[in-house]
Amino acid sequence: MTSPIEIKGTETPVLDKAPDPKAAPEEKKLEGRSPGQLMWRRFKRDKAGVISACIVVFFFVVAAAAPLIAKVYGKNPYTLYAQDDPTLFDEFNFPAGANGGISGDFWFGIEPKLGRDVFTQLIYGMRTSLYTALLATLLMVLTGVLIGIVGGYMGGKVDYWLGRITDFLLAFPSQLFFVASMPVITTIFVAPDEATPTYVKACAIMGVLWFLGWMGLARLIRAVTLSLREREFVEAAKVAGASPWRIIRKELLPNLVTPILVQGTYMLPSTILSVAFLSFVGVGYDATTPDWGRMFATGSDIYEQDPTFMLFPGVAMVVFVVAFNLLGDSVRDAFDPKTGR
Amino acid sequence: MLRFLLRRTLGASLILLLISAFTFFMFFAIPQDPAMLACGKNCTPDALAIIHKNLGLDDPVPVQYWNFLIGIFQGRDFAVGHCSAPCFGVSFRTDEMVWDTIVDRFPTTLSLTIGGLVVFLFVGLGTGLLAAAKRGTWLDKGFSSASLVLSSMQIYFLGPVCLGLFVYSTGWLDKPKYVPFTDDAAAWFMGLLIPWVVMSVIFTANYTRMSRSTMIEQLQEEHVRAARAKGMPKRYVFFRYAWRGSLIPIVTILGMDISALLGGGMVTELTFGLSGIGRLAIDSVNFKDLPLTMGVMLVSAAFIIVCNIIVDALYAVIDPRVRLS
Repeated sequence: MTSPIEIKGTETPVLDKAPDPKAAPEEKKLEGRSPGQLMWRRFKRDKAGVISACIVVFFFVVAAAAPLIAKVYGKNPYTLYAQDDPTLFDEFNFPAGANGGISGDFWFGIEPKLGRDVFTQLIYGMRTSLYTALLATLLMVLTGVLIGIVGGYMGGKVDYWLGRITDFLLAFPSQLFFVASMPVITTIFVAPDEATPTYVKACAIMGVLWFLGWMGLARLIRAVTLSLREREFVEAAKVAGASPWRIIRKELLPNLVTPILVQGTYMLPSTILSVAFLSFVGVGYDATTPDWGRMFATGSDIYEQDPTFMLFPGVAMVVFVVAFNLLGDSVRDAFDPKTGR
Repeated sequence: MLRFLLRRTLGASLILLLISAFTFFMFFAIPQDPAMLACGKNCTPDALAIIHKNLGLDDPVPVQYWNFLIGIFQGRDFAVGHCSAPCFGVSFRTDEMVWDTIVDRFPTTLSLTIGGLVVFLFVGLGTGLLAAAKRGTWLDKGFSSASLVLSSMQIYFLGPVCLGLFVYSTGWLDKPKYVPFTDDAAAWFMGLLIPWVVMSVIFTANYTRMSRSTMIEQLQEEHVRAARAKGMPKRYVFFRYAWRGSLIPIVTILGMDISALLGGGMVTELTFGLSGIGRLAIDSVNFKDLPLTMGVMLVSAAFIIVCNIIVDALYAVIDPRVRLS
């Protein structure tokens, strides 16, 4: 991108021909800011944005540090604690204590029937969901950007066919397709009488979400690329003999950072919800992997008897999604102050 | 208008054909024998042979696909009996006709989604308009922050919480169930009330936000200001000038949300134990019942596409520029 700061950078040696000790501090004051710095300044002033960013970071840190937290806390999400200590359960295999068995030992209670610890289940579950969604979103963004740029920059037949493919995939009943294709994909890799390894499940989930997740971004990037393609700095680069790859990398991509980041912050929470959706309907991770979405499936089965179980994953998810949506709004405002809410 | 509908129907048929081909080859091109999937762990060669015959699996895949397509229009004969005109094959598990099963379950999903749609359109657009009209007041702020929190709710969390509040602990309402509208309209309404409200909450909140922001944008447009300057009544300008313009982006989003609505319906059915298309899809997937999965996919895709055509026709009604082109 031909940003003002780069032009300045090339100009300074010329200006510095007559060095003046007094001019130095003044020049520093007038220094231009890159769009990234401007965005960061605007973002820091937005209180709601900063708070929600802290919450989102907190969730990611908890997810990343889940094994560490579990170690300090002294429990893990796999042990069936009620087997070792039958007093934890009543005769119906529900937690014996009040409020789902919340106690000093089990901060968020015990999972009914299996007797696993809810607190570690939740932090490990968040870990599973967040990382699956993060990787899937990265894949979607990469594909969307690639297809959008190629379509927008090349134009013509390539653009036409890429556009038709995008439209076709947009017409798919996406959530139904997720549900229907999950078992098909796992059977390609795993024989029907074997248990599916967790990494295959994870790859299948990411693959399915990716397959129907990139089209929105591709359309957006294509539209922005189309308008950028006609701009003078791209023409100048072309006249100077830059290769298409260089133009895409050096001229187009830096100008696309804003829409990519803004769209990305909206895509990530919806991907997390899609991962949770898959686990909720029973085609995502299976019972051996702690997962956020599956906690809801368990929770809604036993809600009548033990409503506390649902409380923690539910509240955590609402807080997380609210924070992420607010963050998305703030990021958009910071990048593009003209669009009012 | 007729030409528009004709063109759209042709395009829709093409997309349906592509989706069916895609799904069909995805299912039947996997390296394993689909009949083995259906047959399960204690499979006998006899059972395998029956499934092979039922599916016509001995033919090459393109021939199978052709037979499947022909079956939709002409009907086919299977070992278990004749499958009449819109024939989507025979279920592996129950030996019932796929189409009959879908027709049996469809009214539940239709009641659920259409009811939810009506609720969220009325409440969402209404609150959004109100918030835009009273911009900056406590009402606006209240609606805006409530919609932010509510749009982050999930059906599978809110559903059980509502059940707990209104059914288990207070007993104000009965556990949701589906009663056909033609049998007892009041029971139909009461039985689906909680699912409608829970399902529409997330959508409502989004539409409140959207209708508020597009309305505020429209109110600042020049033609609206000109109308006000001419001395037209405020209410008339609000509804005839600004509202109509603000509907255009909303209708666009609505077209995209119909697929999400069906997905939301799936979660709602699962949460409240209703048996509609969504539950059917999940069951068919869990039992590896390929013909049923195919049937549900295609019927849902057709439903979404038909809804989209209706939305596009609405678009033409609202926006005169679309009608002209």
